[in-house]
Amino acid sequence: MANEFKKAPFSAQIDLSKFSSADFVKATDDEKRQQEVMGESTTFFKDGMRRLRKNPLAMLSIGILIAIVLIMMLAPLFVPYGYDDIVKGASNLSPMQYSSSELSKIAAGEKVFPHLFGTDSLGRDYFIRVVYGTRVSLGVGIVASVLVLIIGMLYGSISGYMGGKVDLVMMRIVDIIYSLPDMLLIILLSVVLKETLQPVIAGTVLAKLGVNMISLFIVFGLLYWVGMARLIRGQILTIKQNEYVLAAQCIGTSTPRIIRRHILPNCLSVIIITTALQIPSAIFTESYLSFVGLGVSAPMPSLGSLANEARKGLQSYPSKLFFPALTIVLIVLALNLLGDGLRDAFDPKLSR
Amino acid sequence: MGNDNTEYLVEVSHLKQYFPIRNGFKTIPLKAVDDVSFKIKAGETLGLVGESGCGKTTVGRSILRLYKPTSGSVKFRGEEVTEKNIHNLRKEMQMVFQDPYSSLNPRMTVEDIIGEPLDVHKLYKTREERHEKIIELMKTVGLNAEHATRYAHEFSGGQRQRIGIARALAVDPSFIVCDEPVSALDVSIQAQVVNMFEDLKKERGLSYLFIAHDLLVVHHISDRIAVMYLGHMMELADSDELMDNPVHPYTQSLLSAIPIPDPETARKSKRIILEGDVPSPLRMPSGCPFRTRCKYATEQCAKEMPELKDRGNGHFVACWNK
Repeated sequence: MANEFKKAPFSAQIDLSKFSSADFVKATDDEKRQQEVMGESTTFFKDGMRRLRKNPLAMLSIGILIAIVLIMMLAPLFVPYGYDDIVKGASNLSPMQYSSSELSKIAAGEKVFPHLFGTDSLGRDYFIRVVYGTRVSLGVGIVASVLVLIIGMLYGSISGYMGGKVDLVMMRIVDIIYSLPDMLLIILLSVVLKETLQPVIAGTVLAKLGVNMISLFIVFGLLYWVGMARLIRGQILTIKQNEYVLAAQCIGTSTPRIIRRHILPNCLSVIIITTALQIPSAIFTESYLSFVGLGVSAPMPSLGSLANEARKGLQSYPSKLFFPALTIVLIVLALNLLGDGLRDAFDPKLSR
Repeated sequence: MGNDNTEYLVEVSHLKQYFPIRNGFKTIPLKAVDDVSFKIKAGETLGLVGESGCGKTTVGRSILRLYKPTSGSVKFRGEEVTEKNIHNLRKEMQMVFQDPYSSLNPRMTVEDIIGEPLDVHKLYKTREERHEKIIELMKTVGLNAEHATRYAHEFSGGQRQRIGIARALAVDPSFIVCDEPVSALDVSIQAQVVNMFEDLKKERGLSYLFIAHDLLVVHHISDRIAVMYLGHMMELADSDELMDNPVHPYTQSLLSAIPIPDPETARKSKRIILEGDVPSPLRMPSGCPFRTRCKYATEQCAKEMPELKDRGNGHFVACWNK
């Protein structure tokens, strides 16, 4: 045998003539089982989080957002000023500056909390106003996004799953709503709602936000879900083609359960990213509405209205525009980057 | 068909399934299945063969009422299948799907996939009972119990198909439509899965409608074989009878296309090569749909569709000339 075939000099083939049958042992069942290599089982969520943790930008964004939320929640406990407390003789201070009366207090040995961001033209501590502004802006962003998510998800999934005539009618309604001018509607609604809502919300937390904010929520609820609905419908149209949906029908699974268990989890990645991106867009909308004077009612600040007020003294006190603008940028950028990171982490088709 | 008194499990009579296709402003029917009738006895496997797009899968899905049939009836144990009783009948009739990659939800664990039919039909009382049933099903199809918490994408094609089979078996059905269950698998895995189908049939007394385009696999597993062409049933006979003695010209050409593993014999055997393409099901030829490619076609073929007639010992053929 060995003479018949000449072995190539670099061949990795084992020369069997050097072994006897005693050298070979049959693999035991246990050893065979070791061949079935399977990785540690992970859930969809765990797997996504693991990938998210490897993304430095997303983790940085989470860090920034957590820091902002912590400051937002804890600052009013430490800072002795309220967002509408006027410190006499301390108007238009620059950051970390003290008014003359405060300086004399310090000289007398009293402790005075510094104005981290200075004060505004009425002598209100600017730091605490930015903190409250962030509260309002983030709150508006999150509530509006959740509103959009719920309405859009329900509408889109029903439209997409039912298909046919139902889909046709539902999508034409979406087209009509899409063509309504949103700015005009917000202005009109806030005018109309002012009369009717004012007595209703008087004395509640909502009263502090003002009628404009309520109409903003209503407009978000009425108008902005259409984008989400379209997106989810599109996703569902592709997902329902999958055989596992047919298999579920074959089992006898009810339609709501199919949507809940089979279809929505499979467009979760799209839902997560769109919601994460919806929050900054809602914050933007709130900001420019406040900027044009349709936002929260004074003295409650929002980041947009703070920026609007700062515009008046832009030449002399640029720091007043800088702080709310920086906060908007940080929040929006962090949410956008986080949204991207979430998409990479939770959409295995894109990342693998 | 046939006068014996054997209880038929599934009776399909004059099943028609048309899908509306919009062509510009007109809506024309796509006749996926046109007047198909057959019966399946309890414990029998009926193979259904035919080329792609001939309506095999549609027949299977219409039986399970995944599509609402345009006309015709499906009876299960003599009871007409309707919109109302289908939910309960799903405990009796199940389906195994073709593509093991898309027929399992990637977001669900194996336990949840197999457990879903149990959830839907409320076939357990406690969580433990559910878990036990799932583990038992997994063992039945040759999966390890440790794999219950894993996701479908962690398995190979053959293992996935086993999960799909376990899901179908969960409700303990008596009839399973196997929609090309092995055509997406490797040949070696195909053999394993086909053998498992046979074992399950023996153990549980199942009946199958086994849809496939691989004639050898169908011959191996089926008691009888039906041949479909463009939504019509052309020939129906006992498995061996059909293989040895095909009557319909389409069946003959189909059988001659089976690859022969011996080159010597292969060279000698003559393949019947059909001329032309399959006509579009939107523009079906008049009369017999096969006449455009049939060398025996006559005028009568263009006028009328031949009936599926018994040519003795249960060999049904739909042809005017043979």
